[in-house]
Amino acid sequence: MTPTPSATPAGRKAFGWSWSQKAMLALLLGYAIWALSTMGVSAERLGSGGAAAARFLGLMFPPELGKMDELWQGIKETMQIAVLATAIGIVLSLPVGLMSASNMAPAPLRAVGRTLIAVCRALHPVISAILFVKAVGFGPLAGILSLVVATVGFVGKLFADAIEEISPKPIEAIRATGASFMNVVLFGVLPQVISRFVGFTTYQLDSNLRNSTMVGIVGAGGIGGVLFAAFLRYEYNFVFTILATVIAIIVAGELVVNAVRKALHV
Amino acid sequence: MSELAATSSTPVQWERFTPGQRLLRYGLWLFCIWAIAQSVRHIEVIPEFLYDAPEQMADMLGRMWPVDWAYYQPDVHQGLMETLHMATLGTVLSLGLALPLGVMVAPNVTKSRLLNMIARVILVSSRSVNSLVWAMLFVAIFGPGPLAGMFAIALRSVGFVGKLMGEALEQTPQGSIEALQATGAGKFAQLWYGYWPQIKPAFWSVALLRWDINVRESGVLGLVGAGGIGVVLNTSIDLFQWDRVALVLITIFTVVALAEIVVLQIRKRVL
Repeated sequence: MTPTPSATPAGRKAFGWSWSQKAMLALLLGYAIWALSTMGVSAERLGSGGAAAARFLGLMFPPELGKMDELWQGIKETMQIAVLATAIGIVLSLPVGLMSASNMAPAPLRAVGRTLIAVCRALHPVISAILFVKAVGFGPLAGILSLVVATVGFVGKLFADAIEEISPKPIEAIRATGASFMNVVLFGVLPQVISRFVGFTTYQLDSNLRNSTMVGIVGAGGIGGVLFAAFLRYEYNFVFTILATVIAIIVAGELVVNAVRKALHV
Repeated sequence: MSELAATSSTPVQWERFTPGQRLLRYGLWLFCIWAIAQSVRHIEVIPEFLYDAPEQMADMLGRMWPVDWAYYQPDVHQGLMETLHMATLGTVLSLGLALPLGVMVAPNVTKSRLLNMIARVILVSSRSVNSLVWAMLFVAIFGPGPLAGMFAIALRSVGFVGKLMGEALEQTPQGSIEALQATGAGKFAQLWYGYWPQIKPAFWSVALLRWDINVRESGVLGLVGAGGIGVVLNTSIDLFQWDRVALVLITIFTVVALAEIVVLQIRKRVL
């Protein structure tokens, strides 16, 4: 049975590529080739990289298990940095978030809050860690300070956005009773955003834990310093142990948080 | 007596939480307080450094002024271009790697539990290792330079993009898929004609978001030798040329802000 001509317009294919899509693809391909050539990448270098990668992976096995003390010290410090940075950062992002929400604060105050958030967000944790290491010296303090900045940037922004989305009616009702500003915040604003706030906090704790491995590389305390030292000593099997431990802790943390959230229905 | 009558007239006691949940909540609060107390007690913070900090910061900022604008050409500019190439090529590479992993991790597309698990482990590992750590690994493999940075960006992004792609695939409405299956379409045809058109907006939105993040991240990879503007930053810090550090920081801020504006505009116009 042959289809009627009207059912299949000549040469038209369903979900085919339009010429603009093809042009975009060609453009992307051209860009990739040009960019790779400016970066000095050649097929030969990629090939030698493959062999090096195989040798590198070989050096990682068997994992070093004899340095549990050093590993534990680093992990403990990393966890302490993450906990303190999250706690301080959360406390600071409460006022910053309130300040930056358009339905809670007047315009001049809001401008200050939003600028503060923008600056905190623009500073990559590693860059702020470098600056803090120069300012307060090597050690966990620099790591805590830089992660506090990151936390204020992230949680402050999300918190401000969450406050802007709340329903104004409970606030008006509480204001009508003659409540003070603090009471409006405590009984009108917080109950509406608290569950999202808990979500941001657990997410930020998780990401601070990941990032505290990174700030150690520039000397701001934690497991990152141990990792970098092992790298510089070419102890790749110890590097593997550290990475596996970090991954295990993060996965375990995620499972615990998910279980708790399920149990509490938040 | 009257109280008893009141409770008996309302047989249903409304409670927000079950006793178990309430116990869990108090336990969690206690745990949080315990964790903070432990951290405060054991972390080695030298108080003198803390008192000293504002002074030191002021001193550092003082040295950053005036900014050495003349340094921009050619060193900073070249580093900046390298950073942008690393971020873009890394993102493209990660999109290519993330699509098969996303398909593998979605249980409604890939039926095998084992494959789901393998893909999930790969994605979680990718996200848990920081881009700076990935960069160190690739510097050990390829030697210092932007090639290592590109791979670091790609492998770090795979976890993020793959996870979101997997979630998008899982949430795809099944109507058109069932229609395709009824015609006897193969696995590939189902993916290409059934799933892809439905997850395409999510895909491009994730790609844009990740590119924005990658521009930020690629700026610091040079600290461990993986090319880009971070190399210039590292050199200037090591040589205590704070006026040049200030220039590099301003450049990074500007590019990060521009990337965000570009992404916002594309998102508004296209998606």
